Amino acid sequence: MLHANFMKAIARRQFLGSAAGGMGSIALSTLLHQDARSEEGSTTKTGADSELLAQGLHHPAKAKRVIFLNMSGGPSQLESFDYKPKLAELDGRPMPNSLTSGEQIAQLQGEELRCMAPQCAFARHGQSGQQISSFFPHTAKIADDICIVRSMTTNQINHDPAATVMNSGTAISNRPSMGSWLLYGIGSECENLPGFIVLSSKGGHNLPQPLSSRQWHSGFLPSKYQGVRFRSTGDSVPYVRNPAGITDGRQRDVLDAVRSLNQIQAQQSYEPEIASRISQYEMAFRMQTSVPDLLDISDEPEHVLKMYGTNAADGSFAFNCLLARRLAERGVRFIQLYHRGWDHHNDIKKFMGLTAPHVDRATAALIADLKQRDMLRDTLIVWGGEFGRTPMSQNNKGGPGRDHHKNGFSNVACRWRHPRWNHSW
Amino acid sequence: MTSSRTICSATVLMLVSMQVAVAQQSASSLSYNRDVRPILSETCFPCHGPDAATREADLRLDVRDFAKRVLIQQSDGTSMLVDRITDPDPSTRMPPADFGKSLSAKQLEVLTQWVKQDAAYQSHWAYVPPKSSRPPQVKREAWVINDIDRFVLSNVEQCGLDVSPAADRVTLIRRLSFDLIGLPPTHQEVTDFVKDNRSDAYERLVDRLLTSKHFGERLAVYWLDLVRYADTVGYHGDQDRGVSGYRAFVINAFNDNMRFDRFTREQLAGDLLEAPTRQQRLATGYNRLNMVTREGGAQEKDYLARYAADRVRTTATVWLGSSLGCAQCHDHKFDPFTQRDFYRFAAFFADIKEKGVPLELPQREGGFETAFPPFEAFPTPQEARRRSELGDELARLEAAMEDLSGDALLEAKQKLKEVFKEKLRLEATMLTSAITETTQPRTMRVLPRGNWMDESGEVVIPGFPEFLSLSQRAASGDEMGNSAVVVKSARLNRLDLANWLTSSENPLTARVFANRLWKLYFGSGLSRTLDDVGAQGELPSHPELLDHLAIRFVQNGWDIKDLIRYIVTSATYRQSSAMTREQFDADPNNRHLARQSRFRLDAEFIRDNALSVSGLLNPQIGGRSARPYQPAGYYADLNFPPREYEPDNGANQYRRGIYTHWQRTFLHPSLLVFDAPTREECTAERAISNSPTQALALLNDPTYVEAARALAIRMLQQDGTEQNKIAWAVQQVLSRNARPKEIEVLASLYQKHVTEFAHDLYAAKAHLAIGNHQAPKDINPLELAAWTSVSRVILNLHETIHRY
Repeated sequence: MLHANFMKAIARRQFLGSAAGGMGSIALSTLLHQDARSEEGSTTKTGADSELLAQGLHHPAKAKRVIFLNMSGGPSQLESFDYKPKLAELDGRPMPNSLTSGEQIAQLQGEELRCMAPQCAFARHGQSGQQISSFFPHTAKIADDICIVRSMTTNQINHDPAATVMNSGTAISNRPSMGSWLLYGIGSECENLPGFIVLSSKGGHNLPQPLSSRQWHSGFLPSKYQGVRFRSTGDSVPYVRNPAGITDGRQRDVLDAVRSLNQIQAQQSYEPEIASRISQYEMAFRMQTSVPDLLDISDEPEHVLKMYGTNAADGSFAFNCLLARRLAERGVRFIQLYHRGWDHHNDIKKFMGLTAPHVDRATAALIADLKQRDMLRDTLIVWGGEFGRTPMSQNNKGGPGRDHHKNGFSNVACRWRHPRWNHSW
Repeated sequence: MTSSRTICSATVLMLVSMQVAVAQQSASSLSYNRDVRPILSETCFPCHGPDAATREADLRLDVRDFAKRVLIQQSDGTSMLVDRITDPDPSTRMPPADFGKSLSAKQLEVLTQWVKQDAAYQSHWAYVPPKSSRPPQVKREAWVINDIDRFVLSNVEQCGLDVSPAADRVTLIRRLSFDLIGLPPTHQEVTDFVKDNRSDAYERLVDRLLTSKHFGERLAVYWLDLVRYADTVGYHGDQDRGVSGYRAFVINAFNDNMRFDRFTREQLAGDLLEAPTRQQRLATGYNRLNMVTREGGAQEKDYLARYAADRVRTTATVWLGSSLGCAQCHDHKFDPFTQRDFYRFAAFFADIKEKGVPLELPQREGGFETAFPPFEAFPTPQEARRRSELGDELARLEAAMEDLSGDALLEAKQKLKEVFKEKLRLEATMLTSAITETTQPRTMRVLPRGNWMDESGEVVIPGFPEFLSLSQRAASGDEMGNSAVVVKSARLNRLDLANWLTSSENPLTARVFANRLWKLYFGSGLSRTLDDVGAQGELPSHPELLDHLAIRFVQNGWDIKDLIRYIVTSATYRQSSAMTREQFDADPNNRHLARQSRFRLDAEFIRDNALSVSGLLNPQIGGRSARPYQPAGYYADLNFPPREYEPDNGANQYRRGIYTHWQRTFLHPSLLVFDAPTREECTAERAISNSPTQALALLNDPTYVEAARALAIRMLQQDGTEQNKIAWAVQQVLSRNARPKEIEVLASLYQKHVTEFAHDLYAAKAHLAIGNHQAPKDINPLELAAWTSVSRVILNLHETIHRY
């Protein structure tokens, strides 16, 4: 039913946008405040809309942007952020039936369920004394800057639907993802990049999780609110590069002619949508010119590159973290980074040792870097997977691993005091 | 229009149109459905509505018998309802201040008037059978072409507006061509139509387009959105499943004007018909279009429950325009669907043979590999003959080889290889589809809160939604159900469902389909919520007109082309879409239809248009999916297995957008940015957005650069001056004369670029190398590159991608 209402909301937005001669993004504020409100305050500038929104909220917005570090595959909470000494005691013993009966199980269906101790050491870190595993030495150093939420649950036990729940709140497709809602509700502060950008990283596991563009799709909202999958190698955004043989100057000539002819057409009768198309072409051109600048990291000092652990646009998680900071600086509202290597059904010790270093240093670097730029106070960083892993072992091949687990896992949130998520935190 | 200050919430648009309607009415005749229910539903039902769990003061306002006590007028003309909503004391006034919603002065007036007029209730408009009403009298009788126009004009006249003049002939042929076949008219077709001075020239044009083989493709694009047709399974690994045969069925069915009731029957239950034909078995691909998983660790029962729910959501939305899917976990919150209705509906599909998680390696079915059986190849008779010839040939060669040695054996082996390859090539072009086969029906239970692991729920058998069957019986005045709904002692099956959906008493199916056709030809439905005509849907702007169309549709035997012809030959359809600022302000959403609408072409038709005007289009109908150019690495995030995308070569590169390989998790980026849905779920209405990524696609996608170049080659081949070439291209793409200023801008762009490329031959050649299409050798590359800049401009115009 939400659907029908929001379709009306969209119709309303189209109406408002046309009526104001441009697209106003006051939808969320009106959704929050269903009282009468004039649209006179809306302008075509998205920045102004966020101000309007802030005025409409009953508490000041603390975060201006979100960086979601999505650990696809489901990292083990038991080898990362959830210290379970009791599990170590029970190592090798059968898992009490009372804890598992009636619970949904994935690949361990029909198997004997035995406890498996954490496969690494844990230690207390920082003033807070947070328990963090030895697989995450760099994150451990910033223990006081992060909030570990160990009470995450989900209702899906397979990757694909669980990822959909994580991003859209339901396992049924065609619902807008978090980033799309944010863009729809409060618009973007960025004039020359999409407001919702998705990056995926290479490396870490021989069987990387497949992703689906559903995870950043706008569902029933218009496609302009979709996340844009951004590649750090090759063509960053589909069609962002000029066709071969066309310089920026020639592309500009073409755009100028398109604009002239569109303006001539706009004089024929009242057709406000033409003005909107003209402005979209201008933004497209700005995107074309700003993307190379974004990807050119030659202005980053050596010590910053070292801190992240990257030195080139190599598609690594480290480079993408650096890119996330550059995107955040440019006002991108929602930045989502995927690392696809966390589905450790077997050899969990080996694969944690392989995967964690891919993200540990860069994640800590990103947080430290934002902190030193005073951007951490209005950036929400979330780190986590679509579910966790079983306290029971899985022994299908190689060394033991862990199966999918939906009833308790850990996510890390950074600088955010009132997280209100779909999940119980 | 009322003050814009009142436009505040998501639902207020509805109220605004309601208020307009009220203003038009003499205050004497308020309608419960149009004027009252939206107010009560929004402001009162949350605490005084159908949900007993949240009901306050034991007062229920959605059913008259329960509400009577607060509606009765006292001798002094007051009533408890009006007293409470107009109470000056905020602590006792309804709705309470902390509820967060209040009643406007206008709404108070409506409710007060309504109580004064004896507070009549009405059944929800979409749940009562369509009512035939006499087309209203109008003042401007001369404007009327058919009865549609009387309904529209009468409303326009009542609110003091005026209809628009008819569009000019060029606009009309472009509009009709885009609307009916999804392609632009050729220059010759435009000229012929403009010159045709026969009195029925327009009707002849409509008939020509309705019999075009491209008609089926256009309508199929919409149908495929509804039934969520795609080439891949959607979940996790998103593997291919080869269902292009189903798409061919849909296109052919529309082209052959298969009646909608039969179209319904063959898709839902073609396998249950007596001696089903090839086409009828193909049609049953419908039941198999849902997303499927092959993810390790997924459980059979879990996914079978998902597929069942998916089919209920889709089938109920496609045919009933109902959100029955909402009743998966609880009774519906706004409409009278129960959770039991949901599972009884799901039970119709419980006999479909399928695996919840088909993890086995691909199997051979009829010589074809599939991981998703039942699956079938549907060769044409010629293909079948050739295939069997090749099979015989292979057998013969193999047998003969036994006696051979040396060079003769090598030669025979070579021959064998060639024949085998030819057979593979042939098979790769054959239509295939997942199909429906029956099996012992699976037990279907009501799943408490939708939880598939909870087996405590009641076991149900197939059945229609209870209140719809009941209302039909009541409507026909026969308690025992004297209708097309057969009360059988045997278990109902999918054929019964199909028959019930298209029985003349079903109040929803015909309305829903007519409303959606209206959307295709006017840009929005008479009720704009195309996916939900229930309580949360929008009341139609012209309810009598929608009923009129629905009744005609059924009476004429569910004849789709007849209904389309009826709509597009109306004067309403032929109006100009041009508007002034004042006309826009008077009716921004064109709810009164005092003009035609302008809207952007759908993603597929933007592609088709560019290919068509450039002369590259391959007009082949049907066949397997095609792979247009796609950015390298676009499938990099896919796995199980990893995918490499190989664009098609040859004519297959230039096929219409409808044939694009539809990868659910990564739809082709040029389709995606223009709002094509991923087709994971039923889509009744695509959003239309306007984004910078659309500009990037039209500017830089090799498909559009190549099409621009093909157009430029044709420009170069025109005689005459630069101005002549530009005028030709504008005529070719926009079917109109170029304006002097436009020629000036484009000519100066040409001059600038031809000069620049003269100093940069390398760039010109690189530009001309985009795409497979080759320019004739004798063409000057500098001129061609510069003309390509000009044609890129034309293909990027707002006007080029809009239907006027």
